[in-house]
Amino acid sequence: MNYYLLIPFLPLTAFLINILFGKKYVQERAHWVSILAVAGSWIVAVFTLLKVLKGETVNEDLYTWVLSGTFEVSVGFLIDQLTTVMLIVVTTCSTLIHIYSVGYMHGDKGYYRFFAYLSLFTFCMLMLVMANNFLQLYFGWEGVGLCSYFLIGYYFNKKSASDAGKKAFIVNRFGDFGFGLGIIVIFLTFGTIYYEPVFTQIGGVAAQTISFLGYEVNLATLIALLLFCGAIGKSAQMPLHVWLPDAMEGPTPVSALIHAATMVTAGVFLLARCSPIFSLSEPAMVVAALIGAITSIFAATIALVQNDIKRIIAYSTLSQLGYMFLACGVGAYTAGIFHLYTHAFFKALLFLCAGSVMHAMAGELDLQKMGGLKKYMPVTYATMFIASLSISGVPGLAGFFSKDEILWLAYAGPSPVGKFVWAIGTIVAFLTAFYSFRLIFLTFHGEFRGTQKQEHHLHESPKSMTVPLMLLTIGAVASGWVGIPNLLGEVIGIEHSNWFSGFMNPVLGHPEAHGTHAEEWMLMGISVLAGLGGIGLAAVFYLGRRSIPVLLAQKFGFIYRILWNKYYVDELYSHTIVRPTLWISQNILMGITDAKIIELIVNGVPRAIGGVSQHLRKVQTGLLQHYAAIMATGALIIGAWILLR
Amino acid sequence: MEHITNNLGYPILSTLIFLPIAGAVLLLFIRRSNGTLIKWISFIVSVITFILSMPLFTHFDKSTYTMQFVEKHAWIPSWNVMYYVGLDGISVLFVLLSTLVTILCVLISWEAIREKTKEFYISILIMEGAMIGVFCALDFMLFYLFWEAMLIPMYLLIGVWGGPKRIYAAVKFFLFTLVGSVLMLVGIVVLYFYAGKTFNILELMSMTYPYTMQVWLFWAFFAAFAVKVPMFPVHTWLPDAHTEAPTAGSVILAAVLIKMGAYGFLRFSLPLFPEASKAMTPAMLVLSVVAIVYGAVICLMQTDLKRLIAYSSVSHMGFVTLGIFTLNTQGVEGGILQMINHGIVTGALFLSIGIIYERTHTRKIADYGGVATVMPVYAAAFMVFTLASIGLPATNGFIGEFLIILGGFAARQWAGVLAATGIIIGAGYMLWLYQRVFFMEVNPKVAELSDINGREFLALIPMIILIFWIGVYPTPFLGFMHETVSHLLERVNTGSGMEIEMAKQIIESIK
Repeated sequence: MNYYLLIPFLPLTAFLINILFGKKYVQERAHWVSILAVAGSWIVAVFTLLKVLKGETVNEDLYTWVLSGTFEVSVGFLIDQLTTVMLIVVTTCSTLIHIYSVGYMHGDKGYYRFFAYLSLFTFCMLMLVMANNFLQLYFGWEGVGLCSYFLIGYYFNKKSASDAGKKAFIVNRFGDFGFGLGIIVIFLTFGTIYYEPVFTQIGGVAAQTISFLGYEVNLATLIALLLFCGAIGKSAQMPLHVWLPDAMEGPTPVSALIHAATMVTAGVFLLARCSPIFSLSEPAMVVAALIGAITSIFAATIALVQNDIKRIIAYSTLSQLGYMFLACGVGAYTAGIFHLYTHAFFKALLFLCAGSVMHAMAGELDLQKMGGLKKYMPVTYATMFIASLSISGVPGLAGFFSKDEILWLAYAGPSPVGKFVWAIGTIVAFLTAFYSFRLIFLTFHGEFRGTQKQEHHLHESPKSMTVPLMLLTIGAVASGWVGIPNLLGEVIGIEHSNWFSGFMNPVLGHPEAHGTHAEEWMLMGISVLAGLGGIGLAAVFYLGRRSIPVLLAQKFGFIYRILWNKYYVDELYSHTIVRPTLWISQNILMGITDAKIIELIVNGVPRAIGGVSQHLRKVQTGLLQHYAAIMATGALIIGAWILLR
Repeated sequence: MEHITNNLGYPILSTLIFLPIAGAVLLLFIRRSNGTLIKWISFIVSVITFILSMPLFTHFDKSTYTMQFVEKHAWIPSWNVMYYVGLDGISVLFVLLSTLVTILCVLISWEAIREKTKEFYISILIMEGAMIGVFCALDFMLFYLFWEAMLIPMYLLIGVWGGPKRIYAAVKFFLFTLVGSVLMLVGIVVLYFYAGKTFNILELMSMTYPYTMQVWLFWAFFAAFAVKVPMFPVHTWLPDAHTEAPTAGSVILAAVLIKMGAYGFLRFSLPLFPEASKAMTPAMLVLSVVAIVYGAVICLMQTDLKRLIAYSSVSHMGFVTLGIFTLNTQGVEGGILQMINHGIVTGALFLSIGIIYERTHTRKIADYGGVATVMPVYAAAFMVFTLASIGLPATNGFIGEFLIILGGFAARQWAGVLAATGIIIGAGYMLWLYQRVFFMEVNPKVAELSDINGREFLALIPMIILIFWIGVYPTPFLGFMHETVSHLLERVNTGSGMEIEMAKQIIESIK
């Protein structure tokens, strides 16, 4: 038995215990089962990290999963630097959010079910990041999607919640459609779907083209883009982003864990894991960079005008995931994973703070009905404020380091679209700071705008919730310190201060960057200014003259409506995909093909043979005659055949 | 010519075929009023049959493609008809599926069937014997006898214990399958004369037939098998039959009966007419892909629970026929596994629908809503079946569908790509169904329902175990097929073998 198997299988055990015995036996103690399991996973993960730091990596098969002809794949585990980072992120966030949930979900009638799903999710996510082959990756991939479906639709009696869960699953299936085909193309090309042989052989075949549905395409580009389909589904990038904002129907700890810190970053993980494939295809890289950049500005603009506290953070997640895609697209995989890692802390923290606010506001989500909460909930206020500083890229905090690295590598890297995506990234940095502090100021500052009853109810959340907030704050502040740019490191006297980049080097390589120190300083300055500018503008609008945003919304009503309605993408899909499909199903397939054409023909043939169908509806007598008639016809044919032979 | 060759030392297949029939005969002598005894006898007979079928699972030699557990006796010497039965890697799992499903059908009908109980259980047991017979038969006459014998109990199940439109559905079912079967009979007779008066299937398989004859016979057999599968466009009997049939009828229909068409393709069409099968591949792939997409899209707008699952069967069986006609290892093995999977999952779905229908007496989806609140255990079981149906990894559906799409893509790229769209739509209609029945506010019509009882739970639990077993560790099941499938494909691809074929395709596509 290998020690690392404990990492995924402890949560699986917890899931089984809770789902099978939760209702009758475990009940209110369900959180103990799940928390102990995930904490155990965390300890083993840390132990694994220590081993990997010593250079001990693992690539082993457990047992043969599927074997058919030359297709062979095992359940197997790969533990390298990239896996380890993901293990730490997943188990850390998961443990803290489990603890937070004890307070948040207290008294819910599905308490055991909630913790069972959380454990199942943790198991699937860990299987995803630990896989050593594409099929197991796909298992984890769909598994986390399933848990997401369960947890989004956790309050399943609400139509909106069950709608959102279903939507998430189906939209993801669109992405997985490409992902699955990608795995198949990989198998048919290499005869295996294990990472290691695929990544070592890809260089040899990358220049080849393959005929795909009649088009001659570059092999590496085809594989990369098919896998990319899966990535944009899971990481909610354009055009498959529509499910993530709706996913906020789930309980807030779920939004924090699954729809911010871990699962949605699986797409980024996939890009990084398959970097040997992506790096060989410039078109695929450009697509990734552009999709990331477009998603990030698209989501950031929507977030500017929304009033639902969770949806703002959800759009912020979309936008930040876009940043990570952008990073991978310009070849800065390390920076993408670094941002994934820092983002997990400050975004989980933002969500949990939002949950804490909702807890105090009895489920209220509308920013316009909040205000002045800082005096009632100082811990939530302070932690959320720090998280917002971090996401805004204020120097010294985690978000600053990862965001700065991405922007610098986009600008100075070899990507043909690098400068363009850098410009977008910088604008997004400004917008991010603005909407993050709009949220802070509207929620915590000014006067309370809700009802008196709500105001009376305002309180700080219990310890089980605030302690995880404080612990995550440490991450939101300090997690970036392992990746201080060497430029800054020299100033403060630390050599090779970008330790993270060095650690990931064996897996993700070293990104290229060509630029002078002066340029690097300048870019750093610009992105810091963008962040501070955003915060400043938000302060002017929402602390100073509250009339300005109202005026702007009136003056630019057209743009405001577009943003408020999220660019009408949901409506677009509804009118171009969902409704036409249903219409065809109802009116063409059921109405015409099945009911008219086929029925007519198949009922018509017997009628021609022996007038059968007139009896069809009403009688069971005559059956023998039909039998006889048909038998006779058959005999006739046989006879004819024998005679004419 | 009388001999038995199996490593068990007793005629296990005959036992399995005739024990249920003997049980049915026994029931004839039970007083009609003694319903409890009738049920218990049926239950015990089906359980014993299942237990007796276990050696097939444990003692099957996976290292050979030859027929096993063979029994061969002269039967009608003047026509050279033999009682000849045996199993290979294609058929063995279906016998096991049949014996399992029969138990569940008896269990699920315990309370539901209150009229003509005796006749009902007699039908079920005769059905079981005939089904096992079809999968075991190695003599064409014997095969045809069992094949037709199956029709009668099924016709009765639908026509006597079915819903309001049962007569229409039963007659439609009967006529469709009959017309197809008659054409197959013609084909069998032609083969008989051509091969020098033998019905021995293995002997017939060892011969080669002129290409034109192969094509004609391929289509004659196609008529029988396509109706049974059912393939597009002869699928319209299935929704009617399923909707009107009693639960046990639907379960047998879904789990075993419609597998026989696909089984026929594998057992007869491919090895008997290899060149024709190969030549007809494009047509078969097109029909399969149409069935997958057509069946799935039409599911979206169904308002009747059973009708929806029936149409989903059309889609899923499209996967099966697609897999078979890829003529490569992954496709065919995936296809066989998917037949088993579909039997388990769709059988389980019909069992589940039967459970709730017994409580509400409505099949309209709109009459449900919020069932998960009132029947949580039932909802959980149904969720497992839903997930298996949409091919979630770690359930059996995934393994089968993935192998089929892989094989399909290798055979013809468009086939794999279009088949994969079926998985998206599949998630759409199944999750929507689940939402409308189990989620959202509790519909007052279902507010008082009680959760499943022990007997119903017992009927569902084997299916749940199998779903995860095959999903997580399919090796014991796929293991049955390897030798037989590779032998079959060798014959179809005349020595070229799938691997070489695929390698060629790859080289061609890469070049």
